[in-house]
Amino acid sequence: MSEAMELSAAEIARRVNAGEVSAREVTDAALAQIDAVDDRLGAYLTRLHDLARVSAGRVDARIKAGEHLPLAGVPVAVKDNMCLAGTRTTCGSKMLEGWVAPYTATAVARLLDAGAVPVGKANMDEFAMGSSCENSALGKTCNPYDLGRVPGGSSGGSAAAVAAYEAAIGMGSDTGGSIREPAAFCNLVGFKPTYGRVSRYGLIAFASSLDQIGPLARSVEDAALAYDVMAGKDPMDSTSVDRPVEPAATALRSDLRGVRVGIVKQFGTQGLGPEIDSLYRRAYLDLEKLGATLVDVELPTAEYGLATYYLIAPAECSSNLARFDGVRYGLRVDGEDVGRMYERTRAEGFGPEVKRRILIGTYALSSGYYDAYYVKAQKARTMFGADFKRAFERCDLIASPAASSPAFAFDAKSDPYSMYMMDYYTIPISLAGLPALSVPCGYVLPEGSSRPMPMGLQLAAPLFGEAQLLAAANAYECATQHARQRRPEGAL
Amino acid sequence: MSSDNIDIRYVAKLARIELTDDEVERFGRQLGDLLEHVKTLHDLDTAAVPATAQVVESRNVARADAVGRCLEHETVMQMAPQRQGAFFRVPRIISEES
Repeated sequence: MSEAMELSAAEIARRVNAGEVSAREVTDAALAQIDAVDDRLGAYLTRLHDLARVSAGRVDARIKAGEHLPLAGVPVAVKDNMCLAGTRTTCGSKMLEGWVAPYTATAVARLLDAGAVPVGKANMDEFAMGSSCENSALGKTCNPYDLGRVPGGSSGGSAAAVAAYEAAIGMGSDTGGSIREPAAFCNLVGFKPTYGRVSRYGLIAFASSLDQIGPLARSVEDAALAYDVMAGKDPMDSTSVDRPVEPAATALRSDLRGVRVGIVKQFGTQGLGPEIDSLYRRAYLDLEKLGATLVDVELPTAEYGLATYYLIAPAECSSNLARFDGVRYGLRVDGEDVGRMYERTRAEGFGPEVKRRILIGTYALSSGYYDAYYVKAQKARTMFGADFKRAFERCDLIASPAASSPAFAFDAKSDPYSMYMMDYYTIPISLAGLPALSVPCGYVLPEGSSRPMPMGLQLAAPLFGEAQLLAAANAYECATQHARQRRPEGAL
Repeated sequence: MSSDNIDIRYVAKLARIELTDDEVERFGRQLGDLLEHVKTLHDLDTAAVPATAQVVESRNVARADAVGRCLEHETVMQMAPQRQGAFFRVPRIISEES
């Protein structure tokens, strides 16, 4: 592997801006790494050799003309639910297997305008529904730390690509944990900003009241750099928030003096086994050593998170995915009348998990059940917001595990609900719209394995507390160095 | 929330998805299981709680009714599974008699 691919995004941008290396050289190194490892890893559904080289050429020309670009020459993996004009954008689904995006998502456009170079479209669980990438209809992605294990999901392709040095930044989207869980599984920093902070224009919708785009990176600094570029109001997304973005990359801290960190009573780690339990106890102690004050907080609704989420998200998905009917774009399977055409197209185009969620959502919204299920869940959701608000009166950040286990083996979660349980710690935060991230916090040895696997510490902040959150995560990362202990499989 | 058995064929009809017999059995069982988990929500007293409409405070803003840039007609049509001239082509919806 070329030395350039081991550099952080910040260092690549610095060198390209200084003229020490060209964007084209970095891009060629990224493409070479992709060609060397991705046949075994499967992080990408589409490799963008030609577009990457053209984009890199443009970046070099802009640097030559005297521009300074915050992400100059940084190779970026784009999750395949984000539109990039002229490239195949599949959402990991047979429904969109041949669909070419006619425009570019705002968040992607902002990264590219800042000098980032798109090197590939990354695999994902179909329509972002899943926690392992196993629900992709178009490819299998392995975890770079153990090829027999999943990379997490749904942004698993972006995570695998960054962890295996096939990109410096990955773009992910998070509805119930889809950035944070794969980041935890692949020893990365995965950051979900406040709902509405980053434009969703050009992000193929799953659950519109929860979906949020964010970065995956090998350090907090890199995640902050990408976040600063992609955040902000977009006239094309009316739910994007019109409120100044406090720059995060220039406000990173090295200590936690004066920061109160809440440990949620209902997020106890005793049930996760002695090894994982002691890992998190150590992580909380490390926060304390950095100057933070630990305080106990309560989240009485925590145990209702999954139930609430698995009504709201499917309800929204059943509505959003109604657009895939074989008329305007995507797959069409013919039928003798228009109704049969819809039914056959959707039967053929959607995989089992997507069908399950559409069905549960349709049921929850159907006449006679709407109040009992959907409205009930929306009321519960209000309680999550209130609980967090109360908790944040006593603390500035909340710390917890990002996932309840390290990356698991392929086919280990055959029952849908056991897969849903992976997101126990991330979902309540998503329901409240809060910003949160996962930062590497060490390794554990999975049962029956000799290969240690990474775990992630989740930190969450009040609405719009992104800069404080990233600042604190940076202090933890720099003090513990877990993020630097990178051990992808020797084969890669 | 009652412990109703889901009429999965009816729900699939509403969702416009053709299911095989095997899927009817499997999804019916899995959705039943999920609803059992979801029923724990019943224990939450939400009588005095309003339903969430949004998590981040926002209000409607009307933009100026000005012509802006949008996708070219032909760009949009290029991705159509079937077309006829400037239109999307679909199976017949209205019979000749009607």
